[in-house]
Amino acid sequence: MTGARRLMFWSGVAALCAWVLVPIYLIALGAFGGRAAAFRWPKAFTLVNASLEQLATFLRIEGVWNAALNSVIAASLTMALSLLLGAPAGYALARYRFRGAGAFRLMVLLTRAFPLAILALPLTVVFIRAGLYDTPFGVALVHTALALPFAALVTAGLFAGIPRELEEAAWVFGCSRLQAFMRVVLPLALPGLAAAAIFAFVISWNEVFAASVLTVRNRTLTAYLLTVLAESPLHYRFAGGFVLIVPSVVFIFAVRRYLFALWGVSNR
Amino acid sequence: MTAPRWIPYALIAPAALFLAALFIVPLVQTILLSFDGGGTPDHLANYRKMAGDLNFTLAIRNTFLLVGVVVPIQLALAMGMAVMLQKMSTGRDIVLWIWTIPLGVSDLAAGLVWLALLQNSGYLNTVLFQLGLLDGPTPWLNAETPVTLFVGIVLAEIWRATAVVLIVLVAGFQLIPKEYSEAAEVFGARSWTAFRLITLPLLKPSIQSALILRTVLAFEVFAVVYALGGRNMPVLVGEAYAWQYENQNYGVAAAYAVLVMVISLAATVVYLYALRTRPETQP
Repeated sequence: MTGARRLMFWSGVAALCAWVLVPIYLIALGAFGGRAAAFRWPKAFTLVNASLEQLATFLRIEGVWNAALNSVIAASLTMALSLLLGAPAGYALARYRFRGAGAFRLMVLLTRAFPLAILALPLTVVFIRAGLYDTPFGVALVHTALALPFAALVTAGLFAGIPRELEEAAWVFGCSRLQAFMRVVLPLALPGLAAAAIFAFVISWNEVFAASVLTVRNRTLTAYLLTVLAESPLHYRFAGGFVLIVPSVVFIFAVRRYLFALWGVSNR
Repeated sequence: MTAPRWIPYALIAPAALFLAALFIVPLVQTILLSFDGGGTPDHLANYRKMAGDLNFTLAIRNTFLLVGVVVPIQLALAMGMAVMLQKMSTGRDIVLWIWTIPLGVSDLAAGLVWLALLQNSGYLNTVLFQLGLLDGPTPWLNAETPVTLFVGIVLAEIWRATAVVLIVLVAGFQLIPKEYSEAAEVFGARSWTAFRLITLPLLKPSIQSALILRTVLAFEVFAVVYALGGRNMPVLVGEAYAWQYENQNYGVAAAYAVLVMVISLAATVVYLYALRTRPETQP
């Protein structure tokens, strides 16, 4: 590339980076600046009188802490469930040829064509009867339906990438199937499995619709923010948005090496 | 050691049963509920009520407009970003990470982020004010300013969800053998010609899955709209939420859900057909 073209190229890259980062910086200002910053005019583009106090005040509002806790519970349950159910299925898809494998793959892929969260609507009645309505566990069940297809396909890719010969060698040396899996395959797959788990956590943490439909008092953070949106002052909304963003950004950073394993699967 | 034949079935059973219980069953229930006449033989009552609602036409129009504007822009933008990443030798990893940060941002949070920018005394207005283009705080997100509200929602959606398209496209680029573009260069093809005749056709499967993924999610748009405009701009899923939660009318909510599903499925089928590839044309 010539000098001028290179300059243009990198300014384009920089502009796109700014497009992503600047809005996050600005909501951080809104979250830390509190009431004064939210209503200040004209706005300052640097932190004035910032303190953690503002965020702490937000977290002390009745309901917020509880909602955040519910979100963490629901997301952790989603993570555990989707991995416990999804990883064995992924292993079966990667290692065995069997009748019905095609049908199962189809069902998993079909979930992509449906707005799954909407299916929470009829579940309200069932959940009320089963005592699952308005519990983090009920929310986690629906979120697992969202995360499970991902978990199954991602782990299938992961296990397919671990040579079968390693496992067979373990059998030759006298390991049972389970032992070979636990001692040879699992350690190799662990980082990828962790990435899939984190991804499931983020799916649940971010989900709004199903969580709002299935809870009343034990709201998750997204559902809580959605319901109080209209009546809460601006600086609380910014604080809420910021609190929602931070964990997900950290998690995406943690799984950045696996982004393609997680999303590239939609090519298959 | 030959595998006992039951092993794969035992491994797959929990996931299959779970998906049957929380995907297939609610799917059937939603459809049945939407056609439930409440004891009367009038099976279309919910749909008639839905179509008769004042917000219905608006919601249809807004949702389709949003998808129609957002998805093409996202595809073009993500394609540009993917090509840039392709040309980058240094700093590729950090740029890719920054560009994919919004993957982790929920639609509600994205709406709140853009609320901070676009509200009356927000950052956009501050910049416009300091440039001398505005006299003071100006509302953009009211019911009286539907065009700017729409633009705000489009910006928030593009900001949040372009990363998904980008990831799928970048993954697709990695599947294209380097030799192809080298050969094009040897034969003197200009870079635009090479892109149009070699890269694009080979990328078609990725473009297809990116579009399906993104369009289905775009029809589900709702929290961004609520965060920015409240009820000022009705969309389909927002109406479903309102009927379910505020009006407690599960039948009409189910009718909305079925409508959204039918639209999503139809979009998927259109993409599958319009962007089909024959396997022998792919490397």
